[in-house]
Amino acid sequence: MIHKYKLNGYNICLDVHSGAVHVLDDIAYDILDFCDENMTEQPPEKMMVCLSDKYPKEELEETYAALYELFTEGQLFSADDYEQFSDLMTKAPIKSMCINISHDCNLRCEYCFAAKGDFGQGRCLMPLETAKKAIDFIIANSGTRHNLEVDFFGGEPLMNFDVVKQTVEYARSIEKKYNKNFRFTITTNGLLLDDEKIEYINREMHNVVLSLDGRKEVNDKLRVTPNGKGCYDIIVPKYQKLVASRGDKDYYIRGTFTTFSKDFTADVMHMKELGFEQLSIEPVVSDPKLDYSIKYDDLPAVFKEYERLAKTLIETRRKGEFFNFFHFMIDLDQGPCAIKRLRGCGCGNEYVAVTPQGDIYPCHQFVGEEAYKMGNLNDGTFDTDMKLRFARANVYSKENCKDCWAKFYCSGGCNANNYQYEGDILKSHKVSCELEKKRLECAIMIKAALADMDTDSKSDCDSDDCFAECR
Amino acid sequence: MKTTKHIKTLNNANLKESAVKGGCGECQASCQSACKTSCTVANQKCEK
Repeated sequence: MIHKYKLNGYNICLDVHSGAVHVLDDIAYDILDFCDENMTEQPPEKMMVCLSDKYPKEELEETYAALYELFTEGQLFSADDYEQFSDLMTKAPIKSMCINISHDCNLRCEYCFAAKGDFGQGRCLMPLETAKKAIDFIIANSGTRHNLEVDFFGGEPLMNFDVVKQTVEYARSIEKKYNKNFRFTITTNGLLLDDEKIEYINREMHNVVLSLDGRKEVNDKLRVTPNGKGCYDIIVPKYQKLVASRGDKDYYIRGTFTTFSKDFTADVMHMKELGFEQLSIEPVVSDPKLDYSIKYDDLPAVFKEYERLAKTLIETRRKGEFFNFFHFMIDLDQGPCAIKRLRGCGCGNEYVAVTPQGDIYPCHQFVGEEAYKMGNLNDGTFDTDMKLRFARANVYSKENCKDCWAKFYCSGGCNANNYQYEGDILKSHKVSCELEKKRLECAIMIKAALADMDTDSKSDCDSDDCFAECR
Repeated sequence: MKTTKHIKTLNNANLKESAVKGGCGECQASCQSACKTSCTVANQKCEK
């Protein structure tokens, strides 16, 4: 299976099952329409006949031979023989956990997936004892996995910051005994950041996600306090202070775009102007009936915007400046192995979420869905049948994924989205699919453009990817 | 990267090789690292 497309002046061909990406001239691009997985050394007669008016015979033969060589090297129309690995992770240990340390929030963002902080269950904070049980649970269920990820989430985690600190301290006190390495992340709306919290986060958190939707008028339209006021003016200086003292550690300024902010390139560039480099703006996930949701009819405009952002990123790099956009990150050489790619996020299997009450769910997006409650930390229950069910959710068991060219990048998408909008974790959410494919096309095109820049500038850089570390 | 007259191949790694050597499970769970809603495995690194 290949995926060929034109974007920003580049003719691109992705060979899905090897992961090879080829940038082609027009003749090679046109020839591919006459090729499939049964390529022969002899060029097909139909190709010679159909393209002879457009290209000289010798060039057609020469170009076809180059494509055939790729085919024989397993880099074009390579076979899909990964299904044999799809059951490999059904016994996977739990190695990531989202701790909803707070089911309360000091904002009332319109689009909040958590029903403005409490998941519709009443506002509360997680007691330390429950948080410690969460740490014990992941250690006990992580088998021989060394790296364990714990993400403090909610609601707004800074509303329960003392428990965050005590949980980290507890985890650190038993790490070596169990040969584990905890990597903590915290996500915050920023309102409660102060010098003490900034210093702590920069010291203890492997990653931090700082929520901001971009321009003030965009951010303050939907990210509002309980009395309806925007939060931009309060949080931006705090974020700047945190990032300025973060050194080389990971962070993201992360926003959400809705149908009201489809021109989100402006928000990305605004965040860059504020001094931030690690950026993400992501589509809102919501019921299509809600006025701010991204609907099928919005897709053409959103696609154009992703293209505009991709071109802007390239131009920025050409000028010697830098920003990273999360959804355009792609590593064509050292990315995850095929095993990881075919199973995706690992929710409900390698990754779970826990609530202040100790309830366990497949991920933060499933919190509150009774049918998907997996157990409880306090009574020790855990539904291993459901774990197995999620373990078996991969690109070969999902409708529409097996034959999709994006399967080893998207990896089956978001199971929560699939369930919420298509009624089944194995049924792809169509709007999400379309957005993901567009982002991937843009991400791959950026690679092609940066490779050109490296060639032009004869740069010493031996990595032509736009990965976060590459400046 | 390999460049010929008509084709530039951007990458060296082959997914099939990774299938043989991979599957250790040490890499990050995708949703955790930033996005929380829009999973992308594509940006992950291999821990090895």
